[in-house]
Amino acid sequence: MKPLGRINLPGLATLLAVLLLWEGFSRGSASLQLYFPPVSRILVSLYELIFSRELFGHLLATLGRFAAGYLLAAALAIFLGIILGYSRLAYSFAEPLIEFLRPMPSVAIIPVAILFLGIADAMMVAVTVYACAWPVLINTIDGVRNIDRTLLYTGRTFGLGRWQALRKIVLPGASPYIVTGLRISLAIALILVTTSEMVVGGSGLGYFILDEERSLRTGNMYAGIFVVALLGYGANRLFLLLEGRVIAWHRRMTAGETV
Amino acid sequence: MHLLEVEALSKSYRQIGGESTLAIGEISFQVEKGEFVSLVGPSGCGKTTLLMCIAGLIPASSGMVKVNGAGISGPPKNLVLVFQEYNRSLFAWRSVLGNVLFGLEVRGKLSSEAEDRARHLIGLVGLEGFERHYPWELSGGMQQRVAIARALAYGPEVLLMDEPFGSVDALTRLELEDTLLKLWQELKTTILFVTHDIEEAIYLSDRICLLSRRPSRVVRGIEIRLERPRNQLATRADRRFVELRNDIYKQISDQAAK
Repeated sequence: MKPLGRINLPGLATLLAVLLLWEGFSRGSASLQLYFPPVSRILVSLYELIFSRELFGHLLATLGRFAAGYLLAAALAIFLGIILGYSRLAYSFAEPLIEFLRPMPSVAIIPVAILFLGIADAMMVAVTVYACAWPVLINTIDGVRNIDRTLLYTGRTFGLGRWQALRKIVLPGASPYIVTGLRISLAIALILVTTSEMVVGGSGLGYFILDEERSLRTGNMYAGIFVVALLGYGANRLFLLLEGRVIAWHRRMTAGETV
Repeated sequence: MHLLEVEALSKSYRQIGGESTLAIGEISFQVEKGEFVSLVGPSGCGKTTLLMCIAGLIPASSGMVKVNGAGISGPPKNLVLVFQEYNRSLFAWRSVLGNVLFGLEVRGKLSSEAEDRARHLIGLVGLEGFERHYPWELSGGMQQRVAIARALAYGPEVLLMDEPFGSVDALTRLELEDTLLKLWQELKTTILFVTHDIEEAIYLSDRICLLSRRPSRVVRGIEIRLERPRNQLATRADRRFVELRNDIYKQISDQAAK
């Protein structure tokens, strides 16, 4: 994995080259410009949108749903994952349901959610929770199952109770798996939030992007896409920063450092 | 009263077909306070199972384990087991100091004295300066030293050890044996040690319980009257050492031939 805080110059050059190509192509063809405005014009749109504060409200709406859905899903899935990882019996009850629902594209439940929850925030958050919970759940179950029995025996020989074992052995032992699930879910959360915003409308970046497209304000549309992309990038960066703190031991261990 | 008493302990396993096989058949022996006792027997004779039963980690099928005269049900407070697989028993997310503090932390005794005690034990096992390292940064022998320090920091009356030096190289093994003897003499802990290495058992112990193959029983108790402190060269070259080794080896191979 790329170390944090170091600037990847070749990567940055690629990014700049793509933007320059984009600019050149767009300027070279007048007929294309409506659908594919030059980067410079998108940046101007973005600048104006930031100043008009129109985008800000949409960004806030998306951020709120994103955070609520993601955090709720994480809490729920870690909780359930520990139970299902601990208890073979509980898992055998849940297994067919998990195996059936997990591969289903989560966006397919948007219509169902609309039926039950209408087009309010609750619906978008519910859909996000549903979609984000799977990777965290599956990884938590795996993580708990993969804890070495010897570790649990060690805990018991030191007089550890069940609750203490959960806190001091199961959770830290499964944390590398849980974190993997959480990272996958981060991207999923943003996908589900923007998609449901496109479907139900009203507010949020997803709605904004679609609305600008329908009004043929493609500069604004691309500006909206840039903002969502930046949001995803920023969230991932923040996540890696936190991950580095929580499971630094694991990253160094798998890198194989020895004295 | 004996510090540790194993009374007619047996353990059978139910196999997949529903039949049960007897792994341990009625084992009885006692360990006195301050003693160093080794259990020796052919591999597969259920030594690990026996130790797990004594540690209260798995239930015996019949019989009893008593510590200070009281029967146990579950892991007793004054008894700790050190596993053979140090790499699977140390907490990878805790530093050496964090691992050694584990037992004290569980007892809710996390204080500056606890930390002093942990640091003292880390020093005794020869790992001073490695407090902030993680287990996976250390060699196998060093990891087992951490596991031993962790067990002793807990302050058990009885230390159970399941072939603790079975997965380290021969030279490290000799070093670890001497470290263990030094700790035993200094801390006056009682040790029940499982091994299939006859020489190791003689070198370390006051007494050896020789086990038969499955279903295992105690065949014989052997007093080891070699002077202490023992020395890897002098003790092992002693005529009585060699006689003991030959005698025990013969008994075990007779067992295997039956």
